[in-house]
Amino acid sequence: MSGQSHIRNLVVIGGSMGSFPVLLALFASLPQEYSATVIVVVHRPKNVKSQLEQMLCPDGRLKEPDDKEIMQPGGFYLAPQNYHLLVEPDGTIALDTAETINYSRPSIDATFLSAATAFGTRVTGVLLSGANKDGVEGLGAIISHGGRALVQDPATAMSAIMPGAAIEKLDGIEVYAPEEIITALIKSDIEYKNGKTE
Amino acid sequence: MMGEISDDDLRELVTLVKSQHNYDLGNYAAASLKRRVGRYLSQCGISFFELKYRLTNNQDFFPELLEALSVNVTEMFRDPFFYRALKEKVFPILATYPVIKIWHAGCSSGEEAFSMAIMLKEAGLLHRSRIYATDISREMLERAAAGIVPLHAMKDNTANYISAGGTEDFSEYYSARYDYAIISQEIRKQIIFSQHNLVTDYVFNEFQLVCCRNVLIYFNRPLQDNVIGLLTQSLAPLGFLAIGLKESLQFTSHYAKYATVDAQNKIFRLRG
Ligand SMILES: C[S@@+](CC[C@H](N)C(=O)[O-])C[C@H]1O[C@@H](n2cnc3c(N)ncnc32)[C@H](O)[C@@H]1O
Repeated sequence: MSGQSHIRNLVVIGGSMGSFPVLLALFASLPQEYSATVIVVVHRPKNVKSQLEQMLCPDGRLKEPDDKEIMQPGGFYLAPQNYHLLVEPDGTIALDTAETINYSRPSIDATFLSAATAFGTRVTGVLLSGANKDGVEGLGAIISHGGRALVQDPATAMSAIMPGAAIEKLDGIEVYAPEEIITALIKSDIEYKNGKTE
Repeated sequence: MMGEISDDDLRELVTLVKSQHNYDLGNYAAASLKRRVGRYLSQCGISFFELKYRLTNNQDFFPELLEALSVNVTEMFRDPFFYRALKEKVFPILATYPVIKIWHAGCSSGEEAFSMAIMLKEAGLLHRSRIYATDISREMLERAAAGIVPLHAMKDNTANYISAGGTEDFSEYYSARYDYAIISQEIRKQIIFSQHNLVTDYVFNEFQLVCCRNVLIYFNRPLQDNVIGLLTQSLAPLGFLAIGLKESLQFTSHYAKYATVDAQNKIFRLRG
């Protein structure tokens, strides 16, 4: 199934309150040659003008995709306000305006679950600072489909509820400070390119 | 809780529905359909096996499932800046027609059509407009025809109206009853709601503006292409087409037929 896609490594990142500084640091640190596909889901207000992708990643690499856009290796995508972002096993992005989940649209759980079932072991889920529990269930799905799960150390999070709930509920996660998460993502990409994994 | 089904399960379901009910879900976007099915299973607390059993043994079950799988979420003045763009870039041209014909394809419970009527009214164009609003769902159309909008949504709807550049007191457009609002007759009288299936039905009129927003995302690419074809055929020469903010004509074979009126708000116009 996941063998059919050109997407080899998919990093899905979820966060809400307090996650912006971490995301800013992340995008400032990811090298130009970074080859994994990155999807970011953050809770954000709808029906307002926003240039969040520009704010989080001033060099322009992060974009809000249209529906049916084909993900690229090294492409960075931000879930648009008021849509859930799902992925198809062939590497296409599918947007969905269905009901909010736990009051959120985009929902981190929806993206994580869809990534887990479409890409299994190729997925790394990252859960950052946040003030609710969205993403915990989805991270569980990533783990049970053989993916990797990184969680921001609650002690370093502006709001510890989201990472705290993941740590309490899930086995098999790695807990890191923001700098360590960034290092881990860059390191695993280098390892992948050197053929040490997969 | 979220339910979860595999791609194989989904394929099995599509085949079953096709053979038992002669309905083709195969061209619906797989990821969201998969999510809907999973959600339905967990809401009903049933297994995928049970779902298949009911589909095979209970004829009344399929219509119920179909309603549950469809996404009808809508708002008044959803994407307020889209409505501003309509007012600035499209209305001045519509105003040159003696009768303005507009089609909302996939109107759900009518909010989009009500919003359009309010905008037209404020532009002094409503009395010579005919708004056709269609959907596949009978249930949604009934609500739409009755002018019913949930009261709890009116706060957001009012905020959207203001961001869209509305100039009047929004509460003048509806009356509150219990837990719902009823859109005033004056706004609704130029709107005709009727059932139309974009996949199986044909062109039924010619319009100067067609809005088909947040419907295409539920179809796969080949089906999107067919549906855009139908919408294109339904447009008068130099007619306007508006799609959802995150939808795209670029992936379809009809792209070259259109000029872009507003890229961000996804408003296009048939080339002459
Ligand atoms: C998410 S709603 C969009 C409502 C509104 N246009 C908006 O943007 O707020 C999608 C609507 O498309 C309708 N729909 C789905 N398949 C359809 C079809 N084949 N023909 C007509 N309508 C369809 C659904 O019933 C639903 O009401």
